[in-house]
Amino acid sequence: MTAGNVKRNRIGYYFIVPYFVAFLIFGLYPILYSLYISFTNWNGFSSPVFVGLQNYVRLIHDTAFYQSILTTLIIWIISIVPQLILALGLAILLNEKFIRGKHFFRAVFYLPNIVTPVTIGVLAALMFDWKTGSVNKILVALHIIHVPVNWLGHPFLAQVIVGGIMCWQYFGYNMLIFTAGLQSIPNEVYEAAEMDGATRFQIALRITMPMIRPVILFTAVTSVIGGMQIFDVPLMLGNTAGNSTQTMVSYLYTTGFKRFDYGYASAIAYGIFILIMVMSLVTMKLSSRKNQTVVSDRVAPVRA
Amino acid sequence: MAMAQSDQFESRQPSSVEEIRKLDRSYFVKRMVGRVIVYAILIFLTMVCLLPFYSMIISATHSNSDIATKLLLLPGGQLLANYHRLMQTVNVWRGFGNSIVIAVSSTVLSLYFSALTAYGFAKYRFKGSKLLFGSVLASMMVPGQLGIIGFFQLMHGFHMLNTYWPLILPSIANAFGVFFLKQICDESITDELIEAARIDGASEVRIFHRLALPLLMPGMSALAIFFFIGNWNSFLNPLIILFDNNLQPLPVMIAMTQGSNFTDYGAQYVGVAISVVPIIIVFAILSKRIIGGLSVGSLKG
Repeated sequence: MTAGNVKRNRIGYYFIVPYFVAFLIFGLYPILYSLYISFTNWNGFSSPVFVGLQNYVRLIHDTAFYQSILTTLIIWIISIVPQLILALGLAILLNEKFIRGKHFFRAVFYLPNIVTPVTIGVLAALMFDWKTGSVNKILVALHIIHVPVNWLGHPFLAQVIVGGIMCWQYFGYNMLIFTAGLQSIPNEVYEAAEMDGATRFQIALRITMPMIRPVILFTAVTSVIGGMQIFDVPLMLGNTAGNSTQTMVSYLYTTGFKRFDYGYASAIAYGIFILIMVMSLVTMKLSSRKNQTVVSDRVAPVRA
Repeated sequence: MAMAQSDQFESRQPSSVEEIRKLDRSYFVKRMVGRVIVYAILIFLTMVCLLPFYSMIISATHSNSDIATKLLLLPGGQLLANYHRLMQTVNVWRGFGNSIVIAVSSTVLSLYFSALTAYGFAKYRFKGSKLLFGSVLASMMVPGQLGIIGFFQLMHGFHMLNTYWPLILPSIANAFGVFFLKQICDESITDELIEAARIDGASEVRIFHRLALPLLMPGMSALAIFFFIGNWNSFLNPLIILFDNNLQPLPVMIAMTQGSNFTDYGAQYVGVAISVVPIIIVFAILSKRIIGGLSVGSLKG
């Protein structure tokens, strides 16, 4: 390497400086500042009072926090299981040669994903309204039910609705991710398997699944990270019975920006962070147990 | 399943012409049944995806009493009345304009600085570049809400609350954009090309603007769509940062139609429709690009 090259390579720093300045100011500093605030008692007006681990002790004993974790998990599971099954099934199905209108179906299934979650929440609140919502009216008209169901007044039903909405919103997104994974499998592999007389089912199980394992793992991890942050839809559904749709992030929002308990809210944020990290690690461990696959560097999140 | 059976049939050697005919017919019937079922599933899911939007548009055209009492399947004539009542509560077009200002400037900043950073990482070998790029990747794992209290307080300290700066400036550091564009830089901008430009006497900055940026355009346009949709849909940050109702972007304004003491369903439906229909139209026009871009972006290789 010549002197000119070294000098020139140093110019690289100038290219990346704006990013890191913005990252330090708007990304890292707030995270560290939140950590500091989590050790204080602070209502935003008077100056923060250092209280040590008090907020974290309170967090460990906070049943509302545990409730919100449970709620988040329930909603997440209700949404993720059908979501992934649908996504994988549809990706494989729409990868078949004989299906016509693939592009149309892919586009329609992806459509819910681009609509603002807030809008969807408001729409859902309107549609599932006990007395005036269209869902009850359709069900009554079809004679499936006789009396309108109070969807949002029932704790578990309300969670099912939030989970169902999340599933509706994200299955198309995951389908596209899986499709991309399927398309990256070279055709020769399939041809070789067909030559050896493998059935479609065998091919799906023995070739397709293992080969898109990194993609499935990626989807699992991002869905943990995304699922733990469920927020907008439950908020828009409003007060459901017994706070049954208060997720972890809703709790963080209420504590911080409705009750102005910044210190405790920061502790909640760190609690959520630790939970997400642990869950992501567990997911990675579970998914890569049988295989040597680690999070593939071929895959990257798009969910913004 | 139809395909699985077909393969079994094919793998067995039929002995006579008669048998081949018989196999052919049953294979054909089974295949047809399989296909009908597959299309039925696809069409059912299509309806599940579209029905809420249909219901929304239909409901937006009816009076409150009709929405409350009837099952509505066809459009009514109350759209304008609903719209006028909506405008009395929230100025949706103002929200629309605000959303455009925020989303466009954030997207442009993200794209430019992502390209700049990605190019810096991809084409220069300086000390610590691996470590710094690793930190970019690691930051993608951190959930957005972690620093939110600190962010709010920092913006308070900067006297930036109730302005658009806290919503726009952080876009400069977009980890995913850097990651995505670095891959493209690695592949499509060769060192020979840069070297040739250097021999022609172009400065490093000029090479980036005149050579790298145009080559990154296809990747950036795929990213642009995602960044724009993401910014257009952002909710929590504007909700916290902005106090002035007139400054709020569309999602927050739509949220404002909820939770008022009186419930004006017709107006709410119109508001929801206004926030959704433009996105659907844009999506209908660009869907091939969006979906293609997503596939490219999510997987490389």
